[in-house]
Amino acid sequence: MSHHIVEFKDVFFRYPDGTEALKGVNFRITHGESVGIVGANGAGKSTLLQHINGYLLPTSGTINVGDLILTGKTRREIRKKVGIVFQNPDDQLFMPTVFDDVAFGPLNLGMDEESVRERVQKALGMVNSLDLQDKPPHHLSSGQKSAVAIAAVMAMEPDILAMDEPAANLDPRSRRSVITLLKTFKHSKIIASHDLDLILDVCQRCIVIGGGVVVADGPAAEILSNQMFLEENNLELPLSFQGRP
Amino acid sequence: MHMADALLSPAVGMTLWAGTSAVGGYASKKLKERIDDRMIPLMGVLGAFIFAAQMINFTIPGTGSSGHLGGGMILAILLGPHAAFLVMASVLTVQALFFADGGLLALGCNIWNLGVYPCYLVYPLIYKTWVGESKNPGRILVASLVSGVTALQLGAFSVVMETLMSGKSELSFSAFVLMMQPIHLAIGIVEGFVTAGVINYVRSARPEILESIAVARPLGAEVSLKKVMMTFAVLVIITGGALSWFASTHPDGLEWSIEKVTGKGELREAERGIARMLRRIQEKTAFLPDYGFKPEGNDSKKTEAAAAWPGIKAGTSVSGIVGAVVVLGMIVLIGIGVRSSRNRDA
Amino acid sequence: MTFDEKYFDIGRLDRLSYRDTFVHRLDPRAKVIATMLFLFTVISFPKYEVIALAPFFLYPVLMMTIGEIPVRFMIRKIIVVSPFAVFIGIFNPLLDTRTVAVIFGVSLSAGWISFLSILMKFALTISAALLLIATTSFPGVCHALRRLGLPALFVSQLLFLYRYLFVLMEEAMRIIRAREMRSFGSRGAGMKMFVRLLGILFLRTVDRAERIYYAMLSRGFQGDIPTLKRSHIALSDLLFLSVVITCLGVFRFFPLTEGIGRLAQELF
Repeated sequence: MSHHIVEFKDVFFRYPDGTEALKGVNFRITHGESVGIVGANGAGKSTLLQHINGYLLPTSGTINVGDLILTGKTRREIRKKVGIVFQNPDDQLFMPTVFDDVAFGPLNLGMDEESVRERVQKALGMVNSLDLQDKPPHHLSSGQKSAVAIAAVMAMEPDILAMDEPAANLDPRSRRSVITLLKTFKHSKIIASHDLDLILDVCQRCIVIGGGVVVADGPAAEILSNQMFLEENNLELPLSFQGRP
Repeated sequence: MHMADALLSPAVGMTLWAGTSAVGGYASKKLKERIDDRMIPLMGVLGAFIFAAQMINFTIPGTGSSGHLGGGMILAILLGPHAAFLVMASVLTVQALFFADGGLLALGCNIWNLGVYPCYLVYPLIYKTWVGESKNPGRILVASLVSGVTALQLGAFSVVMETLMSGKSELSFSAFVLMMQPIHLAIGIVEGFVTAGVINYVRSARPEILESIAVARPLGAEVSLKKVMMTFAVLVIITGGALSWFASTHPDGLEWSIEKVTGKGELREAERGIARMLRRIQEKTAFLPDYGFKPEGNDSKKTEAAAAWPGIKAGTSVSGIVGAVVVLGMIVLIGIGVRSSRNRDA
Repeated sequence: MTFDEKYFDIGRLDRLSYRDTFVHRLDPRAKVIATMLFLFTVISFPKYEVIALAPFFLYPVLMMTIGEIPVRFMIRKIIVVSPFAVFIGIFNPLLDTRTVAVIFGVSLSAGWISFLSILMKFALTISAALLLIATTSFPGVCHALRRLGLPALFVSQLLFLYRYLFVLMEEAMRIIRAREMRSFGSRGAGMKMFVRLLGILFLRTVDRAERIYYAMLSRGFQGDIPTLKRSHIALSDLLFLSVVITCLGVFRFFPLTEGIGRLAQELF
């Protein structure tokens, strides 16, 4: 099914102040794959993610999402297919109550009231947060906020789910819940993270970004066990691979 | 500095609410016409910023007193008059609801005093005219100081007028003004310094932010000088006329309740101070066509009405006090009763 | 009040507003209208009216007890905001010294009566306003205001402000504490430091606005914030409102307190 494809072809991106963040990125993600994107800070992970739903447009090169080529005109349509969950849930939960936040997406899709309510119930059910419906976001804990942020994106039933540091700031239990949840999501997943153990747990494939280009692209288990390679790219072995002395 | 409901009369409150609502409706309309989407979250979050900033107390070097940032000026400089007005209105609304800082009926007055003056008067006429597109920190500082002082003086003066016209306070105009203006002079200077300080700081640290906000501002957000002056003149005339018309009803209420409290007799002595001023206004407005009101005739009419009211005697005041004690006592008992029944249920 | 105290104060009031009691369940529109009418009626009393204000205390007392709002909390909040009104009001006894009554040998001037009136009106209006939020969540009040006719743009501003109020205050606290940890005892912030703190907070705020905007776009935002109609007027709401209106009318125009007083006098 072509609508789950994300493809970057020779993508370059330069920020207004001159910084070249992406210098020729190439990859292709297909239906149902779960891909981790890793790299040191400043390597270009976030910039890459911001291209996937068209917040940023490439300076040159093409990006295909589903059947569409990303342009200023198509990005609105693309946003219906790609759901992005950001690092800081406070920035994504901007409505007065949890219900309002989760309903925001479906309402913007033009759905009628009945369907919106259904979507909200379903999405909140997925993250076990139905009881939080009427609460304002600032009454929630970090873990609860992260769960609701995911629900808010899931309510739009995207074909492709992208996440930026899904487990940062979460306690171990919440982190485990997020990992479990991600494993049940069957559509294409793109997860950018420093948490290499999470990537190992959730993703089959791993793309390593360094200096604005793809320096490795292959099975996660392989790449993330290659200590020398990881250290060359300012990374290190996942903790679960590091032997205890 | 915020008007309180207890000092307000319905007439003044409603008049100012009408004025504020009109401006609010106008600002919303203008903004909706051509707002850049990214302004919407920006306005909201800046409102929270102003609120948080107001809550940070600091010590003015040397004076040892606490001051805070009003916010109208800096918002107007950043967002333009319409957006700034709405944000200020939202900040004051939240203050009124969460802190009871300024009453809900007085909210109309407070939004007028702290929103309309800085955003629609001082910013376009003083700050913008002086600074324009200039980035000169010194110029910005001076303009901010003058703007801050002017806006706050106008605001403080309005509080004086609103209180006086409401007639609940004995303060004379001169005494009140003498108290309010100097205090707010200091506050205005502080606001000017803070406004300029933040703008200059932001410009030196991340100038592109000011540029991007300026670009996102709705075109035509700037208000033309002439329009502002004309609108203001009209509003002042309407407000002044309405208020003096209403004020003429005060002597009725005033004298009537004096009689109630004191029995007759003391009526003549209420000729001093504010009652006399109001009486004079009352006399002047006797010329209003449909008011049909004659100064001398009124006295006798009211006195008769007072006599007709059941039992205005000295004894009445005592039963009043007894009644109050009984009523309040009953209310307390009711409260305790409800409380304990809920505790039992809980 | 220090910054921290104010923050926890709002936090507490905010939490109280989400409780579930009879008054909390009343439709926000009914409560907004009732509150405004209450305020209007109270301040419509003339300058020297004291006795007739007594029955009005029933409203805040009932709202507080049925709504389970802590009394001491309310009283403290009332006292905190009283300075301005007290400060202005205290001039009444000083300036208006005509003797009005002699009670047990003490002569009472008209100024004290008007001052008492101000204080009573103050207590009534402030408590009514606070109880509105205490028994209706802020978003509830905002939705009521929108349904009652305020511009949607303004209401969405209020909601945004509310949402990020606590977030920004926490951020401000962090900035202040970070600064305090490095100041090694120099008292007071001074103007320059205050401006710098504000500047930092401002920059973070603008950045945050950008991220929020991005999040909104990502979920399909196109300029209008969508809303679902959620509250429906029930019989209890209409009943509540009519009871309030009736009582307001009766208390305002009939000398109830005096009547009760005379009754009491005759009984004893």
